[in-house]
Amino acid sequence: MSFLAAATPTTTWYLILAAVLFGIGAVGVLVRRNPLVMFMCIELMLNAVNLSFVALAKKMGDIGGQTTVFFVMVVAAAEVVVGLGIIVSIMRRRPGATADDISALKG
Amino acid sequence: MELVVFVLAAAMILVGAVGVIVRSNPVHAALSLILTLFGVAVMFVAQNAHFLAAVQVIVYAGAIVVLFLFVIMLLGVDRSEDLSTEPFKVQRPLAAIVGLGLVGLVVAAVVSSRDAITARGDGLNVADAIGDGDTNIKQLARSVFGDYVVAFEVTSVLLVVAVVGTVLLTRRIKGSGKDS
Repeated sequence: MSFLAAATPTTTWYLILAAVLFGIGAVGVLVRRNPLVMFMCIELMLNAVNLSFVALAKKMGDIGGQTTVFFVMVVAAAEVVVGLGIIVSIMRRRPGATADDISALKG
Repeated sequence: MELVVFVLAAAMILVGAVGVIVRSNPVHAALSLILTLFGVAVMFVAQNAHFLAAVQVIVYAGAIVVLFLFVIMLLGVDRSEDLSTEPFKVQRPLAAIVGLGLVGLVVAAVVSSRDAITARGDGLNVADAIGDGDTNIKQLARSVFGDYVVAFEVTSVLLVVAVVGTVLLTRRIKGSGKDS
Protein backbone atom coordinates (compact mmCIF):
# COMPACT_ATOMS: atom_id res chain seq x y z
CA MET A 1 0.00 0.00 0.00
CA SER A 2 3.01 2.29 0.09
CA PHE A 3 2.45 2.78 -3.62
CA LEU A 4 -0.98 4.21 -2.87
CA ALA A 5 0.40 6.59 -0.26
CA ALA A 6 3.20 7.71 -2.55
CA ALA A 7 1.17 8.42 -5.68
CA THR A 8 -0.71 11.70 -5.38
CA PRO A 9 -2.70 12.92 -8.35
CA THR A 10 -0.94 15.76 -10.09
CA THR A 11 -2.41 18.50 -12.24
CA THR A 12 -1.65 16.42 -15.33
CA TRP A 13 -4.02 13.72 -14.11
CA TYR A 14 -6.83 16.22 -13.72
CA LEU A 15 -6.16 17.70 -17.15
CA ILE A 16 -6.18 14.28 -18.80
CA LEU A 17 -9.44 13.41 -17.03
CA ALA A 18 -10.91 16.70 -18.26
CA ALA A 19 -9.76 15.90 -21.80
CA VAL A 20 -11.45 12.49 -21.67
CA LEU A 21 -14.65 14.04 -20.30
CA PHE A 22 -14.59 16.64 -23.06
CA GLY A 23 -14.09 13.90 -25.66
CA ILE A 24 -17.07 11.92 -24.33
CA GLY A 25 -19.21 15.05 -24.51
CA ALA A 26 -18.07 15.81 -28.06
CA VAL A 27 -18.83 12.25 -29.21
CA GLY A 28 -22.24 12.54 -27.55
CA VAL A 29 -23.09 15.69 -29.49
CA LEU A 30 -22.03 13.94 -32.71
CA VAL A 31 -23.92 10.66 -32.24
CA ARG A 32 -27.13 11.57 -30.41
CA ARG A 33 -30.20 12.89 -32.23
CA ASN A 34 -32.38 13.99 -29.34
CA PRO A 35 -31.75 17.75 -28.90
CA LEU A 36 -32.15 17.47 -25.12
CA VAL A 37 -29.43 14.83 -24.84
CA MET A 38 -27.18 16.82 -27.17
CA PHE A 39 -27.64 19.71 -24.77
CA MET A 40 -26.62 17.55 -21.82
CA CYS A 41 -23.46 16.62 -23.72
CA ILE A 42 -22.67 20.32 -24.09
CA GLU A 43 -22.94 20.56 -20.30
CA LEU A 44 -20.45 17.70 -20.05
CA MET A 45 -17.98 19.64 -22.19
CA LEU A 46 -18.47 22.80 -20.12
CA ASN A 47 -17.78 20.81 -16.95
CA ALA A 48 -14.63 19.34 -18.46
CA VAL A 49 -13.31 22.82 -19.15
CA ASN A 50 -14.31 23.98 -15.66
CA LEU A 51 -12.37 21.07 -14.19
CA SER A 52 -9.23 22.01 -16.09
CA PHE A 53 -9.61 25.66 -15.06
CA VAL A 54 -9.81 24.69 -11.39
CA ALA A 55 -6.87 22.30 -11.66
CA LEU A 56 -4.75 25.00 -13.29
CA ALA A 57 -5.83 27.58 -10.70
CA LYS A 58 -4.44 25.28 -8.01
CA LYS A 59 -1.27 24.58 -9.95
CA MET A 60 -0.56 28.21 -10.84
CA GLY A 61 -1.68 29.60 -7.51
CA ASP A 62 -3.99 32.05 -9.23
CA ILE A 63 -7.57 32.58 -8.07
CA GLY A 64 -8.44 33.92 -11.54
CA GLY A 65 -9.07 30.39 -12.75
CA GLN A 66 -11.78 29.89 -10.16
CA THR A 67 -13.29 33.29 -11.00
CA THR A 68 -13.49 32.19 -14.63
CA VAL A 69 -15.31 29.01 -13.62
CA PHE A 70 -17.76 31.15 -11.65
CA PHE A 71 -18.57 33.17 -14.77
CA VAL A 72 -18.74 30.04 -16.93
CA MET A 73 -21.37 28.66 -14.55
CA VAL A 74 -23.46 31.84 -14.82
CA VAL A 75 -23.26 31.80 -18.61
CA ALA A 76 -24.06 28.07 -18.67
CA ALA A 77 -27.18 28.67 -16.59
CA ALA A 78 -28.34 31.44 -18.97
CA GLU A 79 -27.50 29.25 -21.96
CA VAL A 80 -29.51 26.32 -20.61
CA VAL A 81 -32.52 28.57 -20.01
CA VAL A 82 -32.48 29.99 -23.54
CA GLY A 83 -31.66 26.66 -25.17
CA LEU A 84 -34.43 24.80 -23.40
CA GLY A 85 -36.83 27.63 -24.31
CA ILE A 86 -35.92 27.16 -27.97
CA ILE A 87 -36.30 23.37 -27.70
CA VAL A 88 -39.71 23.74 -26.04
CA SER A 89 -40.96 26.09 -28.74
CA ILE A 90 -39.67 23.77 -31.50
CA MET A 91 -41.11 20.64 -29.89
CA ARG A 92 -44.47 22.33 -29.42
CA ARG A 93 -44.69 22.89 -33.15
CA ARG A 94 -43.19 19.55 -34.20
CA PRO A 95 -43.59 16.89 -31.52
CA GLY A 96 -40.88 14.29 -31.51
CA ALA A 97 -38.50 16.32 -33.61
CA THR A 98 -34.88 15.18 -33.73
CA ALA A 99 -31.84 17.16 -34.76
CA ASP A 100 -32.33 15.90 -38.33
CA ASP A 101 -35.83 17.35 -38.56
CA ILE A 102 -34.82 20.86 -37.53
CA SER A 103 -32.01 21.27 -40.00
CA ALA A 104 -33.70 24.09 -41.91
CA LEU A 105 -33.95 27.51 -40.32
CA LYS A 106 -37.53 28.11 -41.31
CA GLY A 107 -40.81 27.74 -39.51
CA MET B 1 -5.94 9.27 0.44
CA GLU B 2 -5.84 11.89 -2.26
CA LEU B 3 -5.40 9.11 -4.81
CA VAL B 4 -8.46 7.26 -3.51
CA VAL B 5 -10.57 10.42 -3.78
CA PHE B 6 -9.28 11.04 -7.29
CA VAL B 7 -9.96 7.49 -8.48
CA LEU B 8 -13.46 7.37 -7.00
CA ALA B 9 -14.45 10.80 -8.35
CA ALA B 10 -12.95 10.00 -11.75
CA ALA B 11 -14.95 6.78 -11.85
CA MET B 12 -18.12 8.73 -11.00
CA ILE B 13 -17.39 11.28 -13.72
CA LEU B 14 -16.59 8.78 -16.45
CA VAL B 15 -19.44 6.35 -15.65
CA GLY B 16 -21.89 9.25 -15.60
CA ALA B 17 -20.55 10.76 -18.82
CA VAL B 18 -20.73 7.45 -20.68
CA GLY B 19 -24.21 6.99 -19.26
CA VAL B 20 -25.32 10.32 -20.72
CA ILE B 21 -24.41 9.30 -24.25
CA VAL B 22 -25.43 5.62 -24.22
CA ARG B 23 -28.71 5.71 -22.28
CA SER B 24 -31.66 5.61 -24.62
CA ASN B 25 -34.07 7.17 -22.12
CA PRO B 26 -33.51 10.94 -21.66
CA VAL B 27 -34.47 10.73 -17.98
CA HIS B 28 -31.73 8.17 -17.36
CA ALA B 29 -29.30 10.38 -19.29
CA ALA B 30 -30.19 13.33 -17.03
CA LEU B 31 -29.66 11.21 -13.92
CA SER B 32 -26.27 10.08 -15.26
CA LEU B 33 -25.46 13.75 -15.77
CA ILE B 34 -26.09 14.31 -12.04
CA LEU B 35 -23.54 11.59 -11.24
CA THR B 36 -20.95 13.35 -13.41
CA LEU B 37 -21.70 16.75 -11.88
CA PHE B 38 -21.30 15.40 -8.34
CA GLY B 39 -18.00 13.82 -9.35
CA VAL B 40 -16.80 17.17 -10.67
CA ALA B 41 -17.89 18.78 -7.38
CA VAL B 42 -15.73 16.27 -5.48
CA MET B 43 -12.82 17.17 -7.76
CA PHE B 44 -13.41 20.86 -6.99
CA VAL B 45 -13.13 20.19 -3.25
CA ALA B 46 -9.95 18.20 -3.86
CA GLN B 47 -8.54 21.24 -5.70
CA ASN B 48 -9.35 23.76 -2.94
CA ALA B 49 -12.33 25.26 -4.80
CA HIS B 50 -14.84 24.86 -1.99
CA PHE B 51 -17.19 27.64 -3.04
CA LEU B 52 -17.32 26.39 -6.62
CA ALA B 53 -18.07 22.87 -5.38
CA ALA B 54 -21.10 24.20 -3.48
CA VAL B 55 -22.22 26.23 -6.51
CA GLN B 56 -21.72 23.18 -8.70
CA VAL B 57 -24.09 21.11 -6.57
CA ILE B 58 -26.67 23.87 -6.13
CA VAL B 59 -26.72 25.37 -9.62
CA TYR B 60 -25.82 22.42 -11.85
CA ALA B 61 -27.18 19.39 -10.03
CA GLY B 62 -29.93 21.37 -8.35
CA ALA B 63 -31.20 23.85 -10.92
CA ILE B 64 -29.98 22.88 -14.37
CA VAL B 65 -30.69 19.15 -14.21
CA VAL B 66 -34.09 19.83 -12.64
CA LEU B 67 -34.77 22.17 -15.56
CA PHE B 68 -33.76 19.40 -17.96
CA LEU B 69 -36.04 16.88 -16.23
CA PHE B 70 -38.85 19.43 -16.17
CA VAL B 71 -38.57 20.00 -19.94
CA ILE B 72 -38.35 16.23 -20.58
CA MET B 73 -41.59 15.71 -18.66
CA LEU B 74 -43.23 18.78 -20.22
CA LEU B 75 -42.49 17.57 -23.74
CA GLY B 76 -43.40 13.98 -22.96
CA VAL B 77 -40.19 12.52 -24.35
CA ASP B 78 -39.58 10.44 -21.23
CA ARG B 79 -39.52 7.15 -23.09
CA SER B 80 -36.72 5.19 -24.62
CA GLU B 81 -35.56 6.05 -28.10
CA ASP B 82 -34.48 3.51 -30.63
CA LEU B 83 -30.72 3.93 -30.77
CA SER B 84 -30.05 0.92 -32.95
CA THR B 85 -31.00 2.53 -36.25
CA GLU B 86 -28.57 5.02 -37.67
CA PRO B 87 -29.52 7.19 -40.66
CA PHE B 88 -25.92 7.78 -41.66
CA LYS B 89 -23.90 4.58 -41.63
CA VAL B 90 -20.53 6.23 -41.16
CA GLN B 91 -21.58 8.69 -38.46
CA ARG B 92 -20.71 6.66 -35.38
CA PRO B 93 -17.29 5.45 -36.59
CA LEU B 94 -16.48 8.98 -37.70
CA ALA B 95 -17.61 10.40 -34.35
CA ALA B 96 -15.46 7.85 -32.53
CA ILE B 97 -12.46 8.78 -34.66
CA VAL B 98 -13.06 12.50 -34.07
CA GLY B 99 -13.47 11.96 -30.32
CA LEU B 100 -10.37 9.79 -29.99
CA GLY B 101 -8.37 12.23 -32.09
CA LEU B 102 -9.53 15.15 -29.96
CA VAL B 103 -8.66 13.38 -26.70
CA GLY B 104 -5.36 12.18 -28.11
CA LEU B 105 -4.31 15.64 -29.23
CA VAL B 106 -5.26 17.29 -25.93
CA VAL B 107 -3.57 14.57 -23.87
CA ALA B 108 -0.44 14.86 -26.00
CA ALA B 109 -0.42 18.63 -25.50
CA VAL B 110 -0.96 18.30 -21.74
CA VAL B 111 1.72 15.67 -21.27
CA SER B 112 4.29 17.43 -23.42
CA SER B 113 3.77 20.76 -21.63
CA ARG B 114 3.46 19.46 -18.07
CA ASP B 115 6.66 21.16 -16.98
CA ALA B 116 5.80 24.46 -18.65
CA ILE B 117 3.06 25.33 -16.14
CA THR B 118 4.56 27.22 -13.25
CA ALA B 119 3.12 29.15 -10.34
CA ARG B 120 2.62 32.80 -11.14
CA GLY B 121 0.00 34.10 -8.68
CA ASP B 122 0.04 34.63 -4.94
CA GLY B 123 -1.22 31.12 -4.30
CA LEU B 124 -4.61 29.90 -3.23
CA ASN B 125 -5.54 30.48 0.37
CA VAL B 126 -6.49 27.20 1.95
CA ALA B 127 -8.31 26.58 5.20
CA ASP B 128 -5.89 27.22 8.03
CA ALA B 129 -5.29 25.40 11.27
CA ILE B 130 -7.69 27.40 13.43
CA GLY B 131 -10.63 26.06 11.47
CA ASP B 132 -11.39 29.12 9.39
CA GLY B 133 -12.94 27.27 6.46
CA ASP B 134 -14.02 30.24 4.35
CA THR B 135 -10.66 31.50 3.14
CA ASN B 136 -11.40 30.26 -0.39
CA ILE B 137 -14.68 32.18 -0.41
CA LYS B 138 -12.97 35.36 0.80
CA GLN B 139 -10.25 35.14 -1.82
CA LEU B 140 -12.74 34.39 -4.60
CA ALA B 141 -14.96 37.28 -3.46
CA ARG B 142 -12.03 39.69 -3.58
CA SER B 143 -11.37 38.57 -7.12
CA VAL B 144 -14.99 38.69 -8.31
CA PHE B 145 -15.87 41.99 -6.65
CA GLY B 146 -12.45 43.52 -7.21
CA ASP B 147 -10.71 42.72 -10.45
CA TYR B 148 -13.74 41.35 -12.27
CA VAL B 149 -16.54 43.55 -10.94
CA VAL B 150 -17.50 44.88 -14.39
CA ALA B 151 -17.87 41.36 -15.75
CA PHE B 152 -19.93 40.48 -12.67
CA GLU B 153 -22.32 43.36 -13.34
CA VAL B 154 -22.60 42.36 -17.00
CA THR B 155 -23.64 38.83 -16.02
CA SER B 156 -26.65 40.31 -14.23
CA VAL B 157 -27.72 41.90 -17.53
CA LEU B 158 -27.13 38.55 -19.25
CA LEU B 159 -29.39 36.73 -16.80
CA VAL B 160 -32.19 39.27 -17.22
CA VAL B 161 -31.91 39.05 -21.01
CA ALA B 162 -31.99 35.24 -20.82
CA VAL B 163 -35.12 35.20 -18.68
CA VAL B 164 -36.97 37.77 -20.80
CA GLY B 165 -35.90 36.02 -24.01
CA THR B 166 -37.12 32.65 -22.78
CA VAL B 167 -40.48 34.06 -21.74
CA LEU B 168 -40.88 35.62 -25.18
CA LEU B 169 -39.74 32.44 -26.96
CA THR B 170 -42.11 30.07 -25.22
CA ARG B 171 -45.12 32.38 -25.04
CA ARG B 172 -48.25 31.45 -26.92
CA ILE B 173 -49.78 34.42 -28.68
CA LYS B 174 -53.46 34.70 -27.83
CA GLY B 175 -56.02 34.43 -30.60
CA SER B 176 -53.68 33.18 -33.31
CA GLY B 177 -54.47 29.55 -32.65
CA LYS B 178 -52.24 26.59 -31.91
CA ASP B 179 -49.71 27.29 -34.63
CA SER B 180 -48.73 30.72 -33.39
